[in-house]
Amino acid sequence: MEKATGTVPSGVAIAFVGSGGAGALTTGNVLLEAACAAGLHGLLTRTLGPQIRGGEAAALLRLASHPVESAADRLDLLIGIDWVNAERFGAELKVGPGTLVIGDPEGTEPPPLVTASGARIMELPLTEMAKAVEGGRPNMIALGLAGRLMGLGLDQLTAAIGKFLSEKGAAAIAASCAGIEIGFSAAAGIEFGARLTLPEASESPRWLLSGNEATGLGALRGGIRFAAAYPITPATEILEWMAPNLTKVGGLLLQAEDELAAVNMIIGASYGGTPSLTATSGPGLSLMIEALGLATSAEVPIVIVDVMRGGPSTGIPTKSEQADLNIAVYGMHGDAPHLVLAPQSVGDCLFTTQWATYLAEALQAPAIVLSDQFMGQARASIERPADIAFVGKRAVAAAGSTPYKRYALAAGGVSPMAIPGTPGCQYTADGLTHTETGTPTSGAQHHLAQLDKRHDKLDGFDYGNHWATVEGSGEFAILTWGSLTGAAREACEQLAAEGIAARVISPRLLLPTRPGQMAKALEGVTRILVVEQTHGAQFHRYLRAHYDFPVRLQALNRPGPLPITAQEICRALKEGQ
Amino acid sequence: MTMPNAEPRPAAKASDYRSDVKPIWCPGCGDHHVLMAFTRAFAQLGLPREQIAVISGIGCSSRIPAYTNCYGFHGIHGRSLALAAGLKVTRPDLTVVVASGDGDGYSIGGNHFLHACRRNIDMTYVVMDNHIYGMTKGQPSPTTEPELDTAMSPGGTGLRPFHPLVVALASGANFVARCFSGNPNETAKVLAEAIQHPGFSFVEILSPCVTFRPDERKWKDLVHPAPVAATDDPGRAARRIMTDDGFNIGVLYRGDRIPFRPAGGASVPDLSELSAEFEI
Ligand SMILES: Cc1ncc(C[n+]2csc(CCOP(=O)(O)OP(=O)(O)O)c2C)c(N)n1
Ligand code: SF4
Ligand SMILES: [Mg+2]
Repeated sequence: MEKATGTVPSGVAIAFVGSGGAGALTTGNVLLEAACAAGLHGLLTRTLGPQIRGGEAAALLRLASHPVESAADRLDLLIGIDWVNAERFGAELKVGPGTLVIGDPEGTEPPPLVTASGARIMELPLTEMAKAVEGGRPNMIALGLAGRLMGLGLDQLTAAIGKFLSEKGAAAIAASCAGIEIGFSAAAGIEFGARLTLPEASESPRWLLSGNEATGLGALRGGIRFAAAYPITPATEILEWMAPNLTKVGGLLLQAEDELAAVNMIIGASYGGTPSLTATSGPGLSLMIEALGLATSAEVPIVIVDVMRGGPSTGIPTKSEQADLNIAVYGMHGDAPHLVLAPQSVGDCLFTTQWATYLAEALQAPAIVLSDQFMGQARASIERPADIAFVGKRAVAAAGSTPYKRYALAAGGVSPMAIPGTPGCQYTADGLTHTETGTPTSGAQHHLAQLDKRHDKLDGFDYGNHWATVEGSGEFAILTWGSLTGAAREACEQLAAEGIAARVISPRLLLPTRPGQMAKALEGVTRILVVEQTHGAQFHRYLRAHYDFPVRLQALNRPGPLPITAQEICRALKEGQ
Repeated sequence: MTMPNAEPRPAAKASDYRSDVKPIWCPGCGDHHVLMAFTRAFAQLGLPREQIAVISGIGCSSRIPAYTNCYGFHGIHGRSLALAAGLKVTRPDLTVVVASGDGDGYSIGGNHFLHACRRNIDMTYVVMDNHIYGMTKGQPSPTTEPELDTAMSPGGTGLRPFHPLVVALASGANFVARCFSGNPNETAKVLAEAIQHPGFSFVEILSPCVTFRPDERKWKDLVHPAPVAATDDPGRAARRIMTDDGFNIGVLYRGDRIPFRPAGGASVPDLSELSAEFEI
């Protein structure tokens, strides 16, 4: 690995690794909570081996004085609670000469990725140290060590573990606190350059949550009151968060027998007037495609969240990729205009899902929200989001609007929808090409009229500034999407520190495309780097198909699961010069 | 169903439930009579038209919703039960009737059939079984006889037909009946009872495809009333059906399983309570 460019101190990057049951993820989570309670910001991503339970796990944590949205390009501290199967993480653990590695000399040897990295390796008998405490565990030693090296106080760490273990009882908490204290003391003499300065006090209220939780909350805020879904990694947490919370607001989540059922259930519920959502990942989205066409043709609003994982087929369920762009944009047969949106960070999962719900309802069309494993399963601190005004509201037909035409060719393309129970407006929703009343037809003129209607209502809508993140005004543009937006933003800051002016353009709305707004965002640009996490350069091809560019596009694309970092983006931009 | 004790509104006529859309069905198709039975059942129950939703998939049989004057959804092949489930659990006030065919319901939609029975949502599932794929012009379905020679199965499939009524019983359906389209009055009566019976009611209607199964014209001579009254024991009902001739007509099973509980009332006054868990 290479040294950080030495410009922007982007906080501290820490990793805990361990085999199943070693508690690497718990350690990372508690450290994140302690740091956030102390006023810092943080992002925790996780990477898991393929085992169901008991496999190797790594918690990757970035802490800083500002919100963190992207992966680190280096590790400052790596603690191996144990090293069993740690070599499987390969390049996901960015160990280098600048890394301090702490590991137990007993048990499995550190893997070559550690020993050959030039890192400073320190041996500490974590397991032995934990034995000093009745019921003590090595990961609590690691927590004490890491916490102190970060600059946190002992009381901040013990408060966090107390909260985390509040349901486990006093004995468990006491044992953990004792372990933390041992680790904390052991850190006293360790030289560690990356220590953080804690802020005075946090001024503004903040939240700590995962992207999947943010997605669930955004859905409810947008008005979703019914969900049906089939479990799938890494989307399940959305469903598990939504199930109890939907009940609290008078809604319901139904576990369907498969994704074909899930998507049809939400179409049925939405037809009945209830804003509805399903969440899935690539394999499930593949199964839902036929019904997406039905929702398009019958003009039934639905929201489908796809938390992308490595593909094709079953792929890498536990790791991230952006390669469902093609199926989301082009998956349906026929000409089927629909909405595709992508959140850009953990916090933005809330906004984008809420906005997607609003748009689906307003436009009576299906919306696909492309989240991904990186942000979906990451936990991050964010400034408390404002309560935004986007609450789904569809145009409904009033009783006795006679003669009622469900698919009337209204101005703007959106025709009022009669909700079952409304007297005098009975109609049959249909996926067959239909007339304005919904009666099936194979006539060319009706086909064209309804295709135009469905196209125009989406294309003519005013999406405002939310269509994309456009930041900076430099001649260089980093054009990216989804969870890579944070890395692009960080790259811009690093380049600015080197005197290179760059801008970030990251469309949140991928369909319908916004050529006019893109052209404006690109004004004055002399170089464009397209950054995406796919093997087939899907975003690059999408951009070339739908937009005009003043200059040739330069591509930085790589499949998952390795995240693309700000430093790589900077390098690619500079190399292309 | 919606209003078990509602007074039938005397003014309701079967024709009130018919739309002015002309069916695409072949003359003589059994489905014409099924439509008649639907509208008569609705009239018998005096249900307000706007409170009924007829949900279907794809096939000749699945064209029925638009021919009624109720709310309807003509969805995609095999998925009507799922669509209807989403509707009914969020709109328990509606009377939901699902219409399907033997291909739509037992082949491509087979998995949903099992789970709809198991879930026991309060709705009525009507399958117009003609032992053939009518709409795609004569391919074998899961209920087609093994020896039926078709272009896609020269010499017959050699496969044992599927027993939908037994599958329904094994999967937990709460009401099981067999009807014949040629007796629309009797079919209407059974449908009305099925709609009123709590939970998932399954009504298989033998409905001849006169075009691709002209031999089914003789069904009218084969059908006969079930020799014994309906039972509330699913095992006994299943045994009877496994060994009958496939043509006994009537209600065969009435269960008393408690239907699925739909969405309930809110317990938090406002959404900001949901985000309290995220505060640092
Ligand atoms: C996904 C899909 N596959 C195939 C078809 C073609 N298809 C239309 S109707 C049908 C069979 C219908 O048979 P059945 O349900 O028995 O209805 P019937 O026409 O006999 O009433 C098929 C295979 C389709 N519409 N969609
Ligand atoms: S093809 Fe058969 S099932 Fe279809 S309408 Fe004609 S007779 Fe009826
Ligand atoms: Mg059939």
